[in-house]
Amino acid sequence: MQHETTTMRIAIVDESPARAAVIQEGLIAAGLTDIILLTERFGLVKRIEAISPDVVLIDLSNPRRDELEEMFAVSRALARPIAMFVDQTDDASIEAAIDAGVSAYVVDGLKKERIKSVLDVAIKRFVAFSRLRTELDEARGALADRNTVDAAKALMKKKRGMDEPAAYAALRKAAMDSGKRIVDVAEALLTAEKVIGNL
Amino acid sequence: MSLTRLRIGFLPLVDAALPILARELGFAEAEGLDLELVRDMSWATVNDRLIYANTDAAHLLAPLAIATTLGIGRPPVSLSVPFVLGLNGNAITLQPDLASQVCAGGSPGDVTTAGQNLACEVKNAKASGQILRFGVVHRHSSHNYMLRYWLRGSGIDPNNDVEIVTVAPPFAADALASGEIDGICVGEPWNSVAVDRGVGAIVAVTSQIWLRGVEKVLAMQSARMAAMPDITERLIRALHRAGQAFVDPERQDEVADILALPAYLDGSTHFIKRAISDRIVFRRGEPPIHIPDFMFQHREAANFPWVSQAAWLYAQMVIAGHTELNEANYQKAQRVFRPDVYRTALSLLGVPLPGASSKLEGSIDDPLGVGTTQGRLILGPDRFFDGRTFDPDNLGAALQITPKH
Repeated sequence: MQHETTTMRIAIVDESPARAAVIQEGLIAAGLTDIILLTERFGLVKRIEAISPDVVLIDLSNPRRDELEEMFAVSRALARPIAMFVDQTDDASIEAAIDAGVSAYVVDGLKKERIKSVLDVAIKRFVAFSRLRTELDEARGALADRNTVDAAKALMKKKRGMDEPAAYAALRKAAMDSGKRIVDVAEALLTAEKVIGNL
Repeated sequence: MSLTRLRIGFLPLVDAALPILARELGFAEAEGLDLELVRDMSWATVNDRLIYANTDAAHLLAPLAIATTLGIGRPPVSLSVPFVLGLNGNAITLQPDLASQVCAGGSPGDVTTAGQNLACEVKNAKASGQILRFGVVHRHSSHNYMLRYWLRGSGIDPNNDVEIVTVAPPFAADALASGEIDGICVGEPWNSVAVDRGVGAIVAVTSQIWLRGVEKVLAMQSARMAAMPDITERLIRALHRAGQAFVDPERQDEVADILALPAYLDGSTHFIKRAISDRIVFRRGEPPIHIPDFMFQHREAANFPWVSQAAWLYAQMVIAGHTELNEANYQKAQRVFRPDVYRTALSLLGVPLPGASSKLEGSIDDPLGVGTTQGRLILGPDRFFDGRTFDPDNLGAALQITPKH
C-alpha cells in the first residue's frame, strides 16, 4: 500500500508558490512524494503533457482551468483525466472542496480511496493557507492602524502640547462619544490636518 | 418581508450585465430576491458551482449548457435555459500584420472577402510548413462555433487547416503578443485591450457572422428550476427589468459605472461604456466606429430562448466533431432552451411574447412583425454571413457541408 501511494504522481498548478509549497508539504507528510509544482503561467499545457501526472490539483479560481480541461479533452499524450467532483458521491466532501477552493483532475482507474486521501489533504491545506493569509492581512491591518493612531497622537502632542496619555484619552473619548473606532477618529484627524492644516 | 437568497455565478464580462443590474438597481429586491453574485475566473468553475448546487443559477456559455446536459466530456447533468442574457458581442482579433493582409481595417468590412483573404493566408502558411493558430474562450463556446462557421464558409477546414485552442479572455492580449496565437475570438473588453496594446486588430464582429446569434444564457439545474418555479419566474422578471434599464440611453453611464465595480468586471469604465454603446475601435489610433448590431442585451425579444438556436448549436457541435450525431441527443439539446418558462414568467408584465418557439434561423432579412401571444413584436434580421438558413426540422441539410479547398 505504501509503495502504491508513493508512486502516484501529483501536479500542483498554482500561481501562488507559497500556497503550492504549503500543499506540497502536506502531501509529503501524508507519504506522497512524487509531486511537481507548476507555478508558471506559460507553457503549462506542454509541461503537464510531459509530466503525465495521475492527479492534477488546481485552485478553483485559476483562470487556466478551461485551457486545462480542453487539453484533457483533446490530448492524445495523456490518459483522460476527469474532474474529481464527478466521481464523488459524497456531497459533504464536494462542498468542502468547493468551499476550500480546490479542484482536482484524476486519471481514470485510480482507486477512489486513494484519491480521497489526496483530496482531503489538499482541502485541509487550502483552508489552512487561506486562514494564514487572513491572519497575515489582519496583522498587517493592525500594524497600519497602530501607525495611524501614533501619528494622530504625535500631531496632538505637537499642536496642543498634550502628553501621550492625554492625547490617547482624547482620541478614545471622541471615539466613544461618536461610536467610532479609535483608528477612524485618528484617521479623520489626520485627514483634517492634511486638508485644512494648522489645526 | 424577508428576501429569498439566490446565488448566481458569473464571469467578469460585459454580458453578465443583467444579473448584476437586477441586483444593483433593485429589480431583484422588488421581486423578493436577494441576489448574491459569485464571480469566478473560468467557465469550468462557474459550471462546477452550478452542477454541485453551490450556486442556484449561472451566467453561462449557451453551448456549455448543452454540452453539460448531454454529458460531453463528463457525466451529464441536465441544465435548463429559461432566459438568454445576450446575443453576439464578440469579435475576431488578429495579429496586426495578419489583420492588414485580411482586410483594409479601421471599420467593419465585408466578412466574406475577409474570410477569403484569410483562407489565402492559411494556405500560404501551410505551404511554408506553418499552421495558423486561433484562440477561443472555451471548447464549447459560441465563439468557437461562430469562428468555425466563418472559417468553413470561407473554405478553411477548422479541424485540419488551422489549430483552435482555448485561451482564457484575460490572457488574449498576452497570447497575441507572444505569438502563441495568430488570432482570437473573444468578448469585450478583451478585444479592445488587445487593440489598445497594439498587439491585435479587429477584423470582424460575430454579429457579421450570425446576426442575433445566441451568446450567454441564464442556466439552472433542471431539477432545481422545476422545484422552485415561483422563484425562477421572479428572477426572470427581475432580469427582464434589468434589460429595460440596460437599453435606456439615459442610464448608460450609470450602467457602465456599476459594471466596472471591483466586485463585478473590475475593469476600465471607458472600455465597458464603449462596448455597451456598440462603439468599437478596430485598430489602434483610429476612432471608434458605431456598430448598432454589435451586441443585444434586451431589445427585440433578445432574451427569448429560441429552441432553433439551441438546435443550431447542436449542429455545430456535431460538425466540429465534439459529439456524435444522435437523434435523442438532438431532441435533448433543444429541450435545454425553455421558452415556456420565459412566457409564463413574463405574461403578467404585458411583454410581447413570440407565439412560436422555433424559427427558420437566418431567414429574416428585414425587420419583421411576428405572431405573438400578446403585444406587438418586431424581430430584427438574423442572417448568416453566407446567406444560408438553418431549419431545425432538417438537421441533415445543415450537416451536409463540403469544405471548399
